[in-house]
Amino acid sequence: MRFLARRLGFYLLTAWAAITLNFLIPRLMPGDPVELLVARMKGNVDPAAIDAMRRAFGISDASPWRQYLDYLGNLAHGELGRSITFFPTEVSTVIADSLPWTVGLVGVATLISYLIGTSLGVIMAWKRGTWLDGVLPAATFMHAVPYFWVALALVFVFGVTLRWFPVSRAYGLDVMPGLTGEFARSVLYHATLPAITIVLASMADRILGMRNVMVTTLGEDYVVMAEAKGLTSRRVMWAYAARNAILPNITSFALSLGFVVGGSVLTEIVFSYPGIGSMLLKGVENEDFPLMQGIFLVISLAVLVANFLADLAYVVLDPRTRQETE
Amino acid sequence: MKIKIGAGILVFFALMAVLGPLLIGADPAATSEDGLQGPSAEHWLGTTQTGQDILVQIVYGARVSLGVGVLSALIATVLAVAVGLVGGYVGGAVDEALSVLTNIFLVLPALPLIIVLAGYLPQRGVASVAVVIAVTGWAWGARVLRAQTLSVRRRDYVQAARASGEGPLRIVFYEILPVLLPVIATSFLATVVAAILAEAGLSFLGLADLSTVSWGSMLYFAQNGQALLIGAWWWFIPPGLCIALIGTGLALVNFGIDEIANPRLRTIKAPRKARA
Amino acid sequence: MNVLEIRGLGVDYLSGSGAVHAVSGVSLDLRRGEILGLAGESGSGKSTLANAVARLLRPPASITSGSVVYRRQDGSAVDVLALGGNELRAFRWKELAVVFQSAMNSLNPVITVGAQIDDVLRVHAPRMSRNERTERSVELLQRVGISADRRRSYPHELSGGMRQRAAIAIALALNPEIIIMDEPTTALDVVVQRDILAEIRALREEYGFAVVFITHDLSLLMEISDRIAIMYAGRVVETGTAKALHRAPRHPYTLGLLRSFPRLRGPREELPGIPGVPPDLRSPPPGCAFHPRCAMAVAECSESLPVLRTEADGEVACLLNDGRGVS
Ligand SMILES: Nc1ncnc2c1ncn2[C@@H]1O[C@H](COP(=O)(O)OP(=O)(O)O)[C@@H](O)[C@H]1O
Ligand code: SF4
Ligand SMILES: [Mg+2]
Repeated sequence: MRFLARRLGFYLLTAWAAITLNFLIPRLMPGDPVELLVARMKGNVDPAAIDAMRRAFGISDASPWRQYLDYLGNLAHGELGRSITFFPTEVSTVIADSLPWTVGLVGVATLISYLIGTSLGVIMAWKRGTWLDGVLPAATFMHAVPYFWVALALVFVFGVTLRWFPVSRAYGLDVMPGLTGEFARSVLYHATLPAITIVLASMADRILGMRNVMVTTLGEDYVVMAEAKGLTSRRVMWAYAARNAILPNITSFALSLGFVVGGSVLTEIVFSYPGIGSMLLKGVENEDFPLMQGIFLVISLAVLVANFLADLAYVVLDPRTRQETE
Repeated sequence: MKIKIGAGILVFFALMAVLGPLLIGADPAATSEDGLQGPSAEHWLGTTQTGQDILVQIVYGARVSLGVGVLSALIATVLAVAVGLVGGYVGGAVDEALSVLTNIFLVLPALPLIIVLAGYLPQRGVASVAVVIAVTGWAWGARVLRAQTLSVRRRDYVQAARASGEGPLRIVFYEILPVLLPVIATSFLATVVAAILAEAGLSFLGLADLSTVSWGSMLYFAQNGQALLIGAWWWFIPPGLCIALIGTGLALVNFGIDEIANPRLRTIKAPRKARA
Repeated sequence: MNVLEIRGLGVDYLSGSGAVHAVSGVSLDLRRGEILGLAGESGSGKSTLANAVARLLRPPASITSGSVVYRRQDGSAVDVLALGGNELRAFRWKELAVVFQSAMNSLNPVITVGAQIDDVLRVHAPRMSRNERTERSVELLQRVGISADRRRSYPHELSGGMRQRAAIAIALALNPEIIIMDEPTTALDVVVQRDILAEIRALREEYGFAVVFITHDLSLLMEISDRIAIMYAGRVVETGTAKALHRAPRHPYTLGLLRSFPRLRGPREELPGIPGVPPDLRSPPPGCAFHPRCAMAVAECSESLPVLRTEADGEVACLLNDGRGVS
């Protein structure tokens, strides 16, 4: 459990760093965001909005230290200020409305991509030297393709040309949100292309990463011994080789999460998916600094939580981390 | 072999960026009457809605996309070398602190941070975009370089240099840095691609300088010009393809290097006799 | 009565800079129930030979010549190199088991020791019930001196000696006819090494399997083996009973090894009894591969290849004394 405690400590530190970064950005970047906004809107801003923004940032005439403490205090109450775009809605409300869409879409797509990609990597390493090696160039290419370009291509082929799937929104205009089968079907139908985008764009990394670790693992003595034991190929491949190769792979998967989330932001935007990525763009376009920053904070924390989940999986899968003494 | 193909791709795009605009001469922003035309003898890659030639835009775009990529990779690599080398060489509390800092930047999602930072920029010129990308993209290189520095530091000749009283700066610059050059080079190349991707993303969102033609801004205009709905595939396919090809070229170079270091990864045909 | 007959076996590792002839023209018999020691400096091809017999070679290794025949108790012969698919799987572990040098590396780190015995039983004895398998695992572990509750331990929770014992227990699981042990005690300290050697001997008495015991430590082999084969540069240069080899070695290389007592540790270190280092197996010296290092070499040694010649209680491949070696 020492391992988990250490990781948890690191995530808390990182969370603090993200929070502090969030505090520093408006102060370090050129110009005062509030004045910037007032200037750009040529004074057509609701004074209440300006006031809310100052409060959210803790910007006041008080000392920087005092401002920092105020800011932390606000955060502790879940107060991220009011959105300018959706004034007077609280930023936390905007996020609460959009976050489930993103977590659902990105979470499920990432899981699918991980499972398929990792399995493919295992099989490709095992069948090295066969026709399966032909997948490698394709994976190498996909590994560098921008998410939003995959999204555009899918929209073009399956949305516009073939008209198989809708290309925007999270559910049909004609269905009422609610716990109905109709709504669920509409949500799945609309999520198909965005999900495929994320799966396709992120899978190549998983394939290549797992293949490499797996190839190295196949040379380990315990795999040779498993073969010598006369176990079935399937058991040698999965229970001995893949079961061990997955461990370093989890670590690199966790590190790639930030990248996947970045790509998902762009994917949401292509599909006008009402998740947090689309909100982030709205925030930036409208110079809605409280919204932007709130979203950055939430995304960062979400990535940290996902990393911690990956660590938990690691602990479950690797008995060596469960040792009390090191 | 892989390295050769990869390097070939990279050199091709580098030449396109440096020499292409000189050869082609035309103005990428020049509009014409021939809007939204598919590929033809006159316009090899077709035209945009306003009749701009897409091939010309791709060639000029290479300059901006690669330029931003290289510039921010340069900055990021300098940061990475500084953090990695200092941490790895000095050790102790300094190393501890720098490692934590590196790991923090490694987990924080880069693109959202870039978007937020770009949101604060009063003008989003090429240079400021490059800096913003660099600030969020140095951590991976720093981590790799720190590990390498640690191992080089333990080597005999470095120990000998320390024992003979050479100054730390001299040791770092003359004894350690030259050994790390290959690692620095690969990490630099990887950062170039990451930066090109980040720039493309920013431009695509309309958050970079849209008055200059880059592959990302081409995609922005294609998306906003409804290229997809009109069926103008020639408008949005080439820029994305170029980005992916550069990434592929780099990956091939890196995989090739990995295979030299780890022969097991090679895809040789296995004599079946030896395996059940 | 032989249980294994190796004839003219050759193994190459294909590499960019030419084939490494790791094993060349090796002929060797393993008798039922004996402990055959296989000695030679690191890099002399011992592991390659063992892996070829166990069918564990992988690319870039390939068998270039020779045969390996396994003789069942009923006298029927099995062409080991021709086995494939299910036959090969059945041969593995039921007839021939392997104990590797480092149990740390040869035990799966993420599976309990008990489960690693269990999966052998599950594959090869499908009719055993779950309880029977558990009983058998416990019995095996206890037999090698590991308490029953250790069944649930992961390899990293055991000491080095215990891990090697566990590896031996796994090897015993199906009562094989042959166990190949490739440097099973090299990674252990001397006291633990003694215990394990005694254990192997006792187990052999009890179960009657034959052992190929590989090590570069000839002094250790003298203690445990019935017969010993010495390898140099991929060839067997001398065989004989442990006693005979100790008393009257026939090959100058064996003589040198004996003079290097008590310990020949470490790879490619110069042995006190023998100057120089083993040759590059991509292009071994012509004639007797040992001649550049041999103090007794004569002119002919660099020209003609000595063949293994049968003598009283042993064989030798040396040109001296009309092919009878040192006497
Ligand atoms: N995978 C391999 N590729 C190329 N050469 C190898 C490989 N494995 C072993 N060799 C070479 O084969 C020879 C015999 O090695 P090995 O059988 O491991 O000897 P030993 O077990 O006696 O130390 C050595 O020269 C070694 O360098
Ligand atoms: S054949 Fe010649 S070189 Fe070889 S061992 Fe005998 S004497 Fe020495
Ligand atoms: Mg060996």
